[in-house]
Amino acid sequence: MKKKKESEKPGQNACSCAMCPAYEEEVKRVLFTEEMRQTHTILLPTMLPRHFKIISAIFHHFGYNTEILDDGLNGDSRQVIEAGLANVHNDTCYPALLIIGQMLTALKSGRYDTHKVALLLPQTGGGCRASNYIFLARKALKKAGFEYVPIISLNFSGLEDNPGFKITLPMLRPAMYGILYGDLLMWLVNQCKPYEVEPGSTEKLADEWSDRIVKQLEAKRISYRAVRQNYAQIVKDFAALPKTGEKKVRVGIVGEIFVKFSPLGNNDLEKFLIDEGAETVMAGLLDFILYCIVNPMIDFKLYGFSRKTAAVYRLVYRYALKKQRDMAKAVRENSDFHVPGDFEKTRKLIQGIIGEGVKMGEGWLLTAEMMELIESGAENVVITQPFGCLPNHIVGKGMMKPVKERYPHANLVAIDYDSGATKINQENRLKLMLANARLKQ
Amino acid sequence: MNNLQIQIREGTYAGIDIGSTTAKLVVVENGVCVYSKYERHFSQVRQKTKEMLLAAESFLKGKQIGVSVSGSAGMGMAKAAGLPFVQEVFATGEVVRLLEPDTGAVIELGGEDAKIIFFAGGMDERMNGTCAGGTGAFIDQMATLLNVTVEEMDELSLKAERIYPIASRCGVFAKTDIQPLLNQGARKEDVAASIYYAVVNQTIAGLAQGRKLDGKIMFLGGPLYFCRGLRKAFVDVLKLSEDRAVFPEYGRISVALGAAVYASETQKTFSYEGLLDAIDQSIREKVQIAHDRPLFESQEEYDAFLTEHAKASVRMADPAAYSGDAWIGIDCGSTTTKVVLLGEDGQILYSYYSSNRGNPIEIVKGCLLSIYDLLQDRIVIRGSAVTGYGEELIRRAFHVDEGIVETLAHFNAARYFNPDVDFILDIGGQDIKCFKIRNGAIDSIMLNEACSSGCGSFIETFARSMGYEVAEFARLGLFAKAPVPLGTRCTVFMNSSVKQAQKDGASVGDISAGLSMSVVKNAIYKVIRAHSASELGTHVVVQGGTFLNDAILRSFEREIGQTVVRPNIAGLMGAYGAALYSRELGKEKSGLLSREQLEQFTHTSRGAVCKGCTNHCQLTINLFNGNERLVSGNRCEKGAGMAPGTYEVLPNLHQFKRDAFEQMAKDPGQAKRGTVGLPMALGMFELMPMWRAFFRHLGYAVVLSGPSTRALYAKGQFSIPSDTACYPAKIMHGHMEDLIEKGVDAIFYPALTYNMDEKAGDNHYNCPVVAYYSELLAGNMDSLSKVDFWYPYLNINSEKELSEELFRFLSGKQPDKKITRSEVREAVRYARGEYQNWMDRIYKEGLEALAYARRTGHRVLILAGRPYHVDSEIGHGIDKLATSLGFVVVSEDSVAQLAQPFRVHVLNQWTYHSRLYRAARFATENPDVELVQLVSFGCGVDAITTDEVRSILETNGRLYTQIKIDEITNLGAVRIRLRSLIGALDAAKSLKEE
Repeated sequence: MKKKKESEKPGQNACSCAMCPAYEEEVKRVLFTEEMRQTHTILLPTMLPRHFKIISAIFHHFGYNTEILDDGLNGDSRQVIEAGLANVHNDTCYPALLIIGQMLTALKSGRYDTHKVALLLPQTGGGCRASNYIFLARKALKKAGFEYVPIISLNFSGLEDNPGFKITLPMLRPAMYGILYGDLLMWLVNQCKPYEVEPGSTEKLADEWSDRIVKQLEAKRISYRAVRQNYAQIVKDFAALPKTGEKKVRVGIVGEIFVKFSPLGNNDLEKFLIDEGAETVMAGLLDFILYCIVNPMIDFKLYGFSRKTAAVYRLVYRYALKKQRDMAKAVRENSDFHVPGDFEKTRKLIQGIIGEGVKMGEGWLLTAEMMELIESGAENVVITQPFGCLPNHIVGKGMMKPVKERYPHANLVAIDYDSGATKINQENRLKLMLANARLKQ
Repeated sequence: MNNLQIQIREGTYAGIDIGSTTAKLVVVENGVCVYSKYERHFSQVRQKTKEMLLAAESFLKGKQIGVSVSGSAGMGMAKAAGLPFVQEVFATGEVVRLLEPDTGAVIELGGEDAKIIFFAGGMDERMNGTCAGGTGAFIDQMATLLNVTVEEMDELSLKAERIYPIASRCGVFAKTDIQPLLNQGARKEDVAASIYYAVVNQTIAGLAQGRKLDGKIMFLGGPLYFCRGLRKAFVDVLKLSEDRAVFPEYGRISVALGAAVYASETQKTFSYEGLLDAIDQSIREKVQIAHDRPLFESQEEYDAFLTEHAKASVRMADPAAYSGDAWIGIDCGSTTTKVVLLGEDGQILYSYYSSNRGNPIEIVKGCLLSIYDLLQDRIVIRGSAVTGYGEELIRRAFHVDEGIVETLAHFNAARYFNPDVDFILDIGGQDIKCFKIRNGAIDSIMLNEACSSGCGSFIETFARSMGYEVAEFARLGLFAKAPVPLGTRCTVFMNSSVKQAQKDGASVGDISAGLSMSVVKNAIYKVIRAHSASELGTHVVVQGGTFLNDAILRSFEREIGQTVVRPNIAGLMGAYGAALYSRELGKEKSGLLSREQLEQFTHTSRGAVCKGCTNHCQLTINLFNGNERLVSGNRCEKGAGMAPGTYEVLPNLHQFKRDAFEQMAKDPGQAKRGTVGLPMALGMFELMPMWRAFFRHLGYAVVLSGPSTRALYAKGQFSIPSDTACYPAKIMHGHMEDLIEKGVDAIFYPALTYNMDEKAGDNHYNCPVVAYYSELLAGNMDSLSKVDFWYPYLNINSEKELSEELFRFLSGKQPDKKITRSEVREAVRYARGEYQNWMDRIYKEGLEALAYARRTGHRVLILAGRPYHVDSEIGHGIDKLATSLGFVVVSEDSVAQLAQPFRVHVLNQWTYHSRLYRAARFATENPDVELVQLVSFGCGVDAITTDEVRSILETNGRLYTQIKIDEITNLGAVRIRLRSLIGALDAAKSLKEE
């Protein structure tokens, strides 16, 4: 996570020169102005409810009014899907359809003064079509008559700027802690929830901790010592939760980031697996961010792109990696829980399977996570993807064969998510995977 | 199969298997299967289960019974009834291990699932993905299409003489293939067998994915039990000897047996009464499912609706009471044939609407004879016109006076009902067409793509599969209390949505109403892509046989929030429009075959393959009356049998590129250092001249793969891991196999995250598939172990970097023939120059084509896609079809440079796609230039580009046409689209001149 423009990268020099007069017809985009910071509420799509809640608190701390949307999460996502279908090209990836559908549902809900809200969308700028979500969202908003609502791009590659919204250096450190807190809670919840003696006790504990963390992050100064103390205490608290101690099948989940994490995107996959008597395992959000940080380093190695950029990213990478290791250490030292995989080790697993240059979408990380899961004992892996996801043809379904050749005992299943794909088909395939998993136990 | 021995624990066990269409029950008593039953459940899953248990009373009563349920539709019932559930593939595995332990693999086809289980060499179980038809339901649908029963189709298939290639990926695609074959008069026997072969190919390609099927293969499931033709096809394709192919008696109940085995492993047992109670409990369960409100709340509401729509009526007149002039209109559609006899005042004297039962010629002949019976001396036929897929066939067969493009025929008819009509939606048996009317001319045309044909015939087959006639099925939907929302994707998805609804206990009426809504939503959101009523227009006319279904009409009106016009002849509009057209022409006398000629009329047809070029068009040669010949299925003049020199050869940039590649392929050069193969697919279609120059300069011979054909594709199809990838990517596997066969030392397909930077957009990426397909090939093609596969990551934009990267890469590859840094640098410089030369040639050729068109007054068509769309197998020769219709064809890359780069409304970050925007801009700047966009099915990036290209064209008042292509394309539909485009252009032109 680094605010460093990749201006040296060839191609970022998109012709805005005087020689190209047509470029002057710049498409008007509604900016998020300085004043809007005071007057507007920024709405965030749901991807990781718990993480986003913590991150939202950090935005609050820095003077933004943010709110996380929960439309479609109360068990009925139909309205969100319909809004998406009606306003986004139906062959567009499912996450775009859901995110935009969720935004429109919220705008139409009557909960907001639509002249007093803005929307926030992450934009990676990679070669996958996800970089185009924001444009699709603007088109959809225009179609639905909300063209005056500003959409803020959350990006770190200088794609779009807004005068009233800046990710500043002081924000990054707490943001990273927030993400790591989220990752830690998710990691522990996954290991406790299937075994809890008192139903709901795990979520309750996680909620309590979320609230405490949010309060702390909103305070004036954040001390890393306190963060590490929190890590330890969180781990201890979860370790102390009464658990049944039975042995359950461990099922890893990898995939396109939205359908991997969001219950809206994956028909509440985690819940299904837990109800079927499995324990779910997922690498955290920081792994994806580390992947994004590593890629410019690889670009330098493969294509001779800017050495300076690569050097900066290397520094950031080392810093973030260290922080992630601190979190993992807290798990190791304070409990018998499985410890999150080390990113340095994870990223080396791809050698001989897929090239590190595959950097569109989740790229090589998806394949690496599959193998990390298998190596750490979660041999059953669900590969989630939106129907027709381009990078996943390569890194997901395309790598199942070589991965199975390396790990013959692995039990992999690829599941497509889409507005037309039915839960019953998905569940039937998941049940087959689970039946085989139990057979091996 | 009763008395089958099966080694399980003592006791009584019931196995219940509920698939998508059938339910099976077996009872195993002390290791012997004492009872088995196989029945269709018509969606009444829970009641059916109870009935079956009641029927088996004598085997179950008074015993403690172990029970388990299996099958996708049984999941919900098992849960509600508290019965153990076992996944069906797993259940099959259990039973095969017990009964035939030496089995190598099991292939099981069910109603909607296909599965393979490998036993030998590491157990592996696979199921079809969510995008794959080709199973029992598919066979049912195909039989309906052929207008035979499943048994008859099987019978027919055994008499086949030839096999046609039919798209094997998905049922909907196969359908688009079969339809033209039938319309062109292919033998039903051959089509029936071809359908089975398609199923086999799909199963092997989609599920085995490169893994060999060794040892004894066991075939299970209903379709394989009933269809001998299907069994034969499997044995043929897999080249199985008799002892290796096992079709067990218990094939169709194997999953139920597996469930019984599983039951014997669970501890829970039930008394007979307890079991029935449990099922009753599941029947009583009220499932909370989301549903829409009823289509009609009351009979009064329905009556008002009927009264409103009765207003749009054409008078049906008694021909016996009529004397005067009359005109004949024929609409020979893809599944139905429609004929009307039009009177002077627009009244209909005779009409015919029926499925063409695979033989439209016979039907039209019958109609014409009936019409002649009516004429006597009072009625004179002044003219006749034909429209639809079979236009050419019918016109030539019966000497019909005129042919008219479908779209124009429909417009003619709609205008009769509402002169102000500004939007027409036609949902027919196989296709959805809609067009906007602006200034009295057709302004934009949208047709459903091959993937979303949730049209009329879908409802029809669906109704039948549930045991209803379509009218009854529709009626049930009208007053259904809780219509189920079923999604808007293609039929395969809808089938599984229905399965889901069945699981949740929805009634037939609820499903019927839900399906109507799906069809409507599919049309509005997928085809028209509208989001509000105002976008459609204010004077909407709906037509097509499907709209005669009141449930559909009601759903449509509700969805768009306005009342529309549905003529009482909604199903006859094409024919009526054709008759109106014929009347407008004001001919004195029709040249239609006379009664005597008709009575003696004969028609025979045979299939042939055109050898004129690599397209290898599947021709059907029709012979009328023993001497009049009509070739159909051809793309160009050559295929029609015209002699060279008798027709004008128009410039065609696609052809130009193919010819140039063919020349390059002929000259591999000297193999001093070895032979490098370049697979002619994906990005290689543009960069090949560069890589070829590079390797030749270094002293390698360069061998090109291809050209692409279906056979070449088939060679590689078994190693494709992701069947929803685009065809241009999937065909890559065939090209790799081809190069391996050609004996090259190494194959080169580099990984290029970034493409050439043409400085015309925000970035210059390749799409993920083009960029990284080599990784997938390396991971999935075992045959690549026979060669060196080179796929370095390269930066092609910097000469220095590229030289360094290639040097580093190659220096490790040739220990004996050392390559120096300066050599590589020299070769790279030369290669980049050659690339520039190649792009310049394309540009110049484009300029010349434009100049030619302007000199000779031809329209120019930018057939825009990606460089690889010029491949004749991927582009299906659409370029040739376009030139035969009078267009000069240029490619997007030849004209992109003629427009200035500009800011678009999307992130313009892919090199190839950026050219599309500039090509579109160029079209808007030149009134004689049109753009048609080719889109490969499954191309995610085009979901973005198509909307943008459309908006560039339409905001400048130009027409946008999109053609979706895949393994197989329906050329008939493409032809209609291009002809409609020409018709619209002509109309706009004549309007201007007025």
